[in-house]
Parts: sequence; C-alpha cells; structure tokens
Amino acid sequence: MTLTYILIFTAVALFLGLVMRNRWRVYLLMGVSALAVFLLQPALPIRSLDFWLSTITLLLTVLSWILTTPSDKLRERNNLVALAILFGIVVFADLTRYLGLGWTLSATLPPKIEILFVFFTVAALFLFGIAYFKRLSPPTFLVLGFVLLIGIFLVLKVPYLATATSGLIRYVLGRASTNAAATDLRWLGFSYVAFRLLHTIRDRQTGRLPDVALPEYVTYVIFFPSLTAGPIDRIERFIQDLRRRPISLSAEDLSIAGKRLMVGLFKKFVLADSLAIIALNSVNALQTRTAGWMWVLLYAYTFQILFDFSGYTDIAIGIGGFLGFRLPENFANPYLKPNLTQFWNSWHMTLTQWFRSYFFNPVTRFLRSGKHRLPIPAIIFITQLGTMLLIGLWHGVTWNFILWGLWHGVGLFLQNRWSEFIRPRLAALENRKWLNLSLTALSTILTFQYVALGWVWFALPDPASSWHVFLKLFGIA
Amino acid sequence: MAPFCSGSTKLINPYRVLAKGLILFIVFNLVFAVVYIPYGKFSLYNILSPGRERFPFAEEVPEKIYNLTITSLDTMFSSHIVASPKSKDEYRVMLLGDSSVWGASLRPEDTLAGQLDAANLITCDGRKVHVYNLGYPRNSATKDALILVEAVRYEPDLIVWITTLGSLTPDRRLDHPIVQSNPVQVYELSRKYNLEFDLSAVGFYHVTFMEKTVFGYRSDIFDWARLQLYGVLWAATGIDQVYRNSFKVYSLPELTEDISFFDWQPPTFDPQLLSLDVLEAGMEIAGSTPLILVNEPILIITGQKNSDVRYDVSYPRWVYDQYRQVMDDESRKNGWQYIDLWDLVPSAEFWGDTDLHLTPAGEARFAERLIPYIQSASCP
Repeated sequence: MTLTYILIFTAVALFLGLVMRNRWRVYLLMGVSALAVFLLQPALPIRSLDFWLSTITLLLTVLSWILTTPSDKLRERNNLVALAILFGIVVFADLTRYLGLGWTLSATLPPKIEILFVFFTVAALFLFGIAYFKRLSPPTFLVLGFVLLIGIFLVLKVPYLATATSGLIRYVLGRASTNAAATDLRWLGFSYVAFRLLHTIRDRQTGRLPDVALPEYVTYVIFFPSLTAGPIDRIERFIQDLRRRPISLSAEDLSIAGKRLMVGLFKKFVLADSLAIIALNSVNALQTRTAGWMWVLLYAYTFQILFDFSGYTDIAIGIGGFLGFRLPENFANPYLKPNLTQFWNSWHMTLTQWFRSYFFNPVTRFLRSGKHRLPIPAIIFITQLGTMLLIGLWHGVTWNFILWGLWHGVGLFLQNRWSEFIRPRLAALENRKWLNLSLTALSTILTFQYVALGWVWFALPDPASSWHVFLKLFGIA
Repeated sequence: MAPFCSGSTKLINPYRVLAKGLILFIVFNLVFAVVYIPYGKFSLYNILSPGRERFPFAEEVPEKIYNLTITSLDTMFSSHIVASPKSKDEYRVMLLGDSSVWGASLRPEDTLAGQLDAANLITCDGRKVHVYNLGYPRNSATKDALILVEAVRYEPDLIVWITTLGSLTPDRRLDHPIVQSNPVQVYELSRKYNLEFDLSAVGFYHVTFMEKTVFGYRSDIFDWARLQLYGVLWAATGIDQVYRNSFKVYSLPELTEDISFFDWQPPTFDPQLLSLDVLEAGMEIAGSTPLILVNEPILIITGQKNSDVRYDVSYPRWVYDQYRQVMDDESRKNGWQYIDLWDLVPSAEFWGDTDLHLTPAGEARFAERLIPYIQSASCP
C-alpha cells in the first residue's frame, strides 16, 4: 500500500468514523472495502486480469457466505441489499473504463461491459445453483468450498502451477504462453482473504460460527485497513465491533488511533524502507565479500521485515481505530523473547493463532486420543514441525519456505525438549536474581540469533544461495 | 467506546496536536532556511563504513550499483576517503579531472588514482604516497576549481589537475551539475578570484527562499540519507558502478569533414575564449601546494577519411593544435608546471567504451608517465 492510498484511507476512515453512526455504516464500510479491493490490486501483465481478480475476490466471498449461512437466511432483505451494492460497485468499477486510462478504478483498463454481464450471468447461475443444491447436503458443500479455496491457494503459491495457469489464461486470450510467469498472478491480499474464508467455513463445520449477514461477512473478509497485510481477525470478534451501538469516538480514541497510525507510518516508510536498501537479498548475498558485512546485511533484513510487517499492522490498527474497530495485535516485541515458543506467540500472532486453532490443536488432540498413542515428544515433534511447515508454505510453495518452516519446527522442538530438561535444574537457582537475569538475557540473544539466521532461508530464492550465505556468515566461504 | 490504551487517562485534543505539529514544521523550515545547516558535512562514511574511493556518481539505477549522483560538494567530500584523517607519514596527492579520472567502467584500483596508489611510492623523507581520486564526470574547469576549493581543506601535498580542451570551452564555465548545484560557492569563487561568470545565463540555477527550507531541500536530504545507507553496501561489496571485466578494442568512428568547433571557425580562435582565468584561479587556490597541470591524452585517429583534419570525434586538428600552443604559452608565461601528454596513448587498443575513457592498460601507461613527476614533486 502506498503512502497516498494510506492517506486516502485515513481520510475516508476519519469521515466514516465521525459521521456515519447509523445502520448504513456497515453498508458503507462494505462498499468502501469493495472499492479498495479494486483500487489496491496492482496491474498485471495479462489484460484486465487485475479487474477480474478483484471481482473474483468478491465472488468467492459471497460464495463462502452462501456456504456458511443457513439457507433460510439467505434471502433476508439486508443480504439482498448488500448483494445489489456489490453488483453496483463491480459495474461501476467496470464503467470507469469509459473515463479512459488513468481514471479507471482498477490499475488497468477493465473489460467491456457486455463481457462483464456475461460473467455476471454465469456467476449468478453458479451462486443460485450452489444456494439451491447446498440444501441437500450442507457439509458436503462446505468441504467443496474448503477444497476450492485451498486449490486456488496452491495454484497461486506453487510457482509451477501459477506459471501454467498464467500460460493457460494467455492461451485462452490468444496471447503467447511463452511469456507466462508466476508473478502474473499476484492476487493482492488473497492469502489473508482465503484464511478468513477458511476460518468461517471451518467454524461453520464445527458449529461455532455465529449467524452473520452478508454485508457483515463481506466487510469482515475485505475490511480495507487489513486487506493487504492483515491482521487475520476472527469473525466473532470483528462483528462485535461492527454491531456496537452507539458509535462514539472520543478525542482520546482518535488521538490513540492517530498515534498508532503515525508509529506505523514511521516504522514502514522510514525504518523499514531505509533498511530495505541494505537488507540481504539475492543479489547482494553473492556480492558481499566478508563475514562481518554479511551479518550487517542479515540484521538489516531481520529488522526490515519486522518494521515492515509490524508497521503495516500498526497502520491497519490505527485506521481501524478511526472507524471504531479494535483490530487484534500481530506483534509484541518478538525479538525480545527468551525462547522460540514465546517468539512465535508474539510474531504474526493472528496467523500463528489461526494455525494453532485449525491445525496444531486438532492434530495434537487426534494424536493423543488415538488407539496407539505416540510418546509425548513424538507428538510435539510432529505437530510443531507440521505447523511450522504449513506456516512456511503459506508464504509460498518453494524449497526455501519449506526449509524456513523446518528450521523453526526443529528449533521449537529442541527448545521444548531443552526446557523440559533444564527446568527442574534451574528451580534450585530461583532465588539467584542476577543469574536468572543473565540466563534470560543469554536466551534472548540466542533466540534472536536463531531467528535471524532463519531469515537467510526466507530472504533468498533458493537453497544454494542460502547455503552460500551461511558459509560466508561463519567465515567458511 | 473504551479508549484503546487503558493506561492513558489524559485527554488529548487532536486538533491542538495537529496545530502544534504544523507550527513546529513551519518554524523548523524557516530556521533551516535562515541558518543553513550544512547537513552534507555529516557522514557515516569514514566512521561506520569506509569512505568511497571516488565521488558518488551513478549512470545506472542506484539499487544496482549502490551509488547515486550527488552534486552537493559537502556530501561529496564527506563520503570520500579523502575526508579520513591524514596520518603523519602520509603524502597526499589529489587528482582532479573529468570522467577519465573518475574512471567510468573501471574498478577503483584500475583508475589512474588507483594505479598510482598501487605503485606504493615513498617520498624522500619516508612518507607514503597516497593518491586520491577527486575526478567527477563531465569536463568543466569551473567544476574542478570548485572541487579544488574544498580539496585544499584536506591537506594535499600535491595536486594533479588533468584537463583537456573540452574543460575550458565557454559553454563549460557554468554548464555542469556541480556548478549549478552550488551557486553560493560559485559566487564566492567568482568574487574572490575575479572570475567573470555570466550568472544571468539561462540555465544557471538561482535558489529561492522556499528552496532553502527543509521542504525545499527534501530531495537532497533524501539523497544524502540514501547515500549513507549505500555506504554499507559499498563497504560490503566494493561495488560503486557497473564494472567491465573485458574491453574490446574501441571501434573507430567515422570522422565528419566539418572542422568547425562550436561556432569557432579556422584558421584560429580567440584564446580569451578559453577558461584560462579559471586555471589561474586554481593555481591561487592551491597556494603553496604544488600543482601540476596535465593535458590528458586523447585518441588520435589516423589513416581514415577526414583524419587529416580531425584528431577524433571531438576535436578538429586546427583547434586542438592551437589549444596546445596556447596552454604551452600560458604555462610558460605564468610559471605553471604543465605537462602535455596529449599523444601518450594514441592507439585505439587502449581506449574503452568511448574515445574519452582509457582501459586499465591505458590508465597504467598514463600512471607510469606521471610517476616521475610525482616523485620529483615529493622530493624537491
């Protein structure tokens, strides 16, 4: 998100937060968020694809809502109004093509209106079909929705599949497939949108999802402050803020939100963007001549990724604050934690909680309740390694993200075993304050170093260049 | 709605915060404009990262070469290795000149300064000779004089000023980014050394009051900050431009039959048109520090169509020959130490990408020829 967009969104949020306090608030938030989906999606090399991806984001959201909502509630008035507003926004976004380049809502020229209406017809038939047939077996359709989202996720994240899909789209459009690249399908915010949708589908399966109207559901999924970089809120918490009446923002609320926004802007546009200049990357990794400077570049990356990501979170929380929302925290001084478990409890917290809720806890329960119970260390190993592997894959299906996940999975397991071993031995030293403080400081430094070294996998595109950096860092290459 | 931060109880008025911020911003800008803060003199180079071996200048995107074009003299010098403290046993030689001295396409060690430095010369009194590259692309004697004014602050023991005809033509008196970007220094140079610059000329940059504020300087300040950060990558990689690993023999261009030079026509031009006054000012700026003036080598094309009337793409023979004669006469008249090396490297095999830049082998030959003069200057 550029500074200009952040300023626009801040102004919009301030206006909505201060003025719009009636029942239309949810529709306005949904409308602005839907417009933001088109506005923020970057241009792509394939003609009008940016427009189509934004439209499909909205379509998938409506589809997931249909899947997760009891059939008798689908036709309620507010849902139909929301559907009409979404329809109007997509048509509006498309009609901006007639204003000419530079005035379109999407980054490139949208398709002709007649093509959009053909798409709408097919989409409407599809959605009506789903709404009709899901009555027969709602659980089956929930599974199908789950599979569909995971499938799209894989297509986007596996470079080979993304390239092949881009080639297919180019072929259909009569363009040369040879220019296809995985980056052709840069779908803004899909990782976050998909995980919010999966969360609602899974909660519907387990019966924990509250009843949510379409405008509320859409607003939750594409809420514009957190569209591009999270946090991944939980719907039951989000709708509490959305439904709160009356909305009255005090001067203090505004100043706290404003301060948070300023902190976020400083972190992102001053600290992170400055560090980005000198941060480790695939080019300078091979050019750096000495171990000392390689450590400098690695630490620059280590702090750049923190300030970048936590800066965006602060911005989202700040803008959310102007609207009367308290979005969840995503970072809590992660580099000051004395062990990896605490690090992961304070780094990208909403993503970690997502995986804890939908993978770690269920798998742990399953392994502990089976007929042939595994030993506790084996269960810990499997669940921690699996969770971290999935978190790695969430970033992209590449060897380096897999290795980064394994790095943390193994680290968490070793730290868990070490803690079990050392805890009783340290109990005798509880009264020795300075010794405890020193051990905590040492643990914090070691944890930070381990995390920083892990970024070598994350920052670089392939294991060979990462290995080169490791050798250089330790003076071997 | 409950406050976001329960620990905070003091009521804050956001409008007052905005108003205070705005007032502070305006006051800070006005103070900066009135009392100029020489931010360019502050640098992390020579403290956290080693100084650059030549002035920051970029022909490629900065992200690729960890370098960017800087025209503020303060920032240029503070990022240069010449700004590091001079040791007692050091004999400082500073080279001035254009891109041929700066070393386009060359690694720092392959430039003229790099090769002279690698010669590990020792003066008669046992001091180590260190040669600093203070060249900057595009020739202009005024630009060199401005650099020289700053350079003398860094205790040179010998200055070698490498010029050519192109540095002394009237169009180059003010038409150079460094000259344009440092108007205060140009005024000072003009006033102190009685140089007649046409400061009303179109293109000469006059700074307005608004441009003296932090807001006005925002682009320069941003570039200064970026340069500090690129110091890390310069230190880590030793890269400051795209280096050529191999040089093809320069393919000779076709020479035109036109023998005019700007609006000068044969058989002679008025010597007063050359910036000889700037050279004279340079001698005064150097003061008691010895200064050797060198006419840099040019590519001499022979045996080709029109090579009987032109030496190369830049110079018709008549104008260059007269220029050499003028320089010779002026040097003798004024007592300048002048070395004419115009035909030192005539062959195309020593020229790199253009007829302006030597290959490392060409620079080696140039350095070899200069070494005796440096030794002689260091052992009077």
